Amino acid sequence: MPAVSMTVNGKPVTADVDPRTLLVQFLREELRLTGTHVGCDTSQCGACVVHVNGRAIKSCTVFALQLEGAKVATIEGLANGDQLHPMQEAFRDNHGLQCGFCTPGMIMAAVDIVNRKGHDLDEHTIRSELEGNLCRCTGYHNIVKAIAAGARAMGSGAAVTQKAAE
Amino acid sequence: MYAFTLHRPSSVRQAANLLAKSEDAKLLAGGQTLIPTMKQRLASPASLIDLSLIEGLSGIELRGRSIVIGAMTRHAEVADSPVVQENLPALAELAGEIGDPHVRNMGTIGGSLANNDPNADYPAAALGLGATIVTNKRRIAADEFFTGMFETALGADEIVTKVMFPLPKKAAYVKFANPASRYALVGVLVSKRGREIRVAVTGAGANGVFRVTAFEEALQRRFGPKSLDGLSVPAAGLNSDIHGSAEYRAHLIGVLARRAVAAAAG
Ligand SMILES: Cc1cc2nc3c(=O)[nH]c(=O)nc-3n(C[C@H](O)[C@H](O)[C@H](O)COP(=O)(O)OP(=O)(O)OC[C@H]3O[C@@H](n4cnc5c(N)ncnc54)[C@H](O)[C@@H]3O)c2cc1C
Ligand code: FES
Ligand code: FES
Repeated sequence: MPAVSMTVNGKPVTADVDPRTLLVQFLREELRLTGTHVGCDTSQCGACVVHVNGRAIKSCTVFALQLEGAKVATIEGLANGDQLHPMQEAFRDNHGLQCGFCTPGMIMAAVDIVNRKGHDLDEHTIRSELEGNLCRCTGYHNIVKAIAAGARAMGSGAAVTQKAAE
Repeated sequence: MYAFTLHRPSSVRQAANLLAKSEDAKLLAGGQTLIPTMKQRLASPASLIDLSLIEGLSGIELRGRSIVIGAMTRHAEVADSPVVQENLPALAELAGEIGDPHVRNMGTIGGSLANNDPNADYPAAALGLGATIVTNKRRIAADEFFTGMFETALGADEIVTKVMFPLPKKAAYVKFANPASRYALVGVLVSKRGREIRVAVTGAGANGVFRVTAFEEALQRRFGPKSLDGLSVPAAGLNSDIHGSAEYRAHLIGVLARRAVAAAAG
């Protein structure tokens, strides 16, 4: 089997993989990072969103072998020890999750929105940027609130420094 | 998904050689169409040729009165490109409305054109702006490139390397997106460049993207939405599915074309 090496949440990893291995399988089954979820496996729901070289992508729609040398960040890389990332904290404070299945993808997508669009996000921007993330529980309302609050918190000086997630 | 071997060539020539000599090989660009298709076992290539390591296949450049976009350029790069936003805003907007942010970070213009999905957006851009599709072998005018649903003029070992868009004087794209998939239920791109007027429709044609010559001729006389008064596209030959009937699509073409002309003229 061919080998692949990449950096996941700051740590270098190498493994032999079947070429069919999707990034999400590699993360969950090889690295045991089960925070990244598989919702649909048809590229629709966004439960599997991670960051690759700083951009949000659906990890169910890329092969691990394509990511030789890439820097991957998953939900596990966000918190700083016991201290949640401000976006995670905002989801908790705003009741932005119910069953929690979509949450890792929502939070990775949310951090990506902030990286691209800044800390002052209006509702319209958040809703249209969430096009690729489905939630079956919340009706989105509190997710939108959480992302606006998380974005502000990420911009304020009090925000915990993001652990080297890449 | 069935097993395959992955090749990662570093030049277009290597990729073309691999494509020519492998029995059942497919090019892998952004994978946003091909990987889901392979999961469903609707495609089962014996080998995949990943284009992502080939230098020079991606990037956006203003060359004379054209914008040249490398085949591996991601939708997000086109949407966010200051060069495109400034010189051909209709194309930046079109790219920014494809799918969702995560799909746009992976999907490529070359993959979208080669795939020629009847509901995809880029085919409307290529045909509606009179683009030229450049391959490792030749240049193909958009008018000759799209040959039917999921069909193109590309040969078996032909690789799209870039797409050249001549800059129009006026252009706009208006899409009625399927609310679930964001693909175009109907999308209309209208452009004017010198004496040439183009009206290209995606999402509606049974053979994929097409031009509406009756609209183009009316707009030749005067480029404004009123010129389309009384004109419509016949429903016969348009797609009909759970998302919309042929009549509904025919109606949408008229509405969206008027909006696109108004946006382009304004
Ligand atoms: C959830 C979702 C929503 C989407 N919504 C939209 C939408 O609203 N509008 C829209 O237009 N599209 C949409 N798409 C499709 C998306 O734009 C794809 O990225 C695109 O159609 C294919 O591009 P790709 O780079 O991913 O190609 P791939 O999937 O890698 O390849 C597609 C096909 O093209 C061939 N190919 C790729 N590159 C080349 C090349 N350079 N030369 C020759 N052949 C090549 C491949 O062999 C394959 O057959 C959506 C996709 C998803 C998953
Ligand atoms: S599991 Fe990847 S998009 Fe749903
Ligand atoms: S919280 Fe249950 S799917 Fe979103």
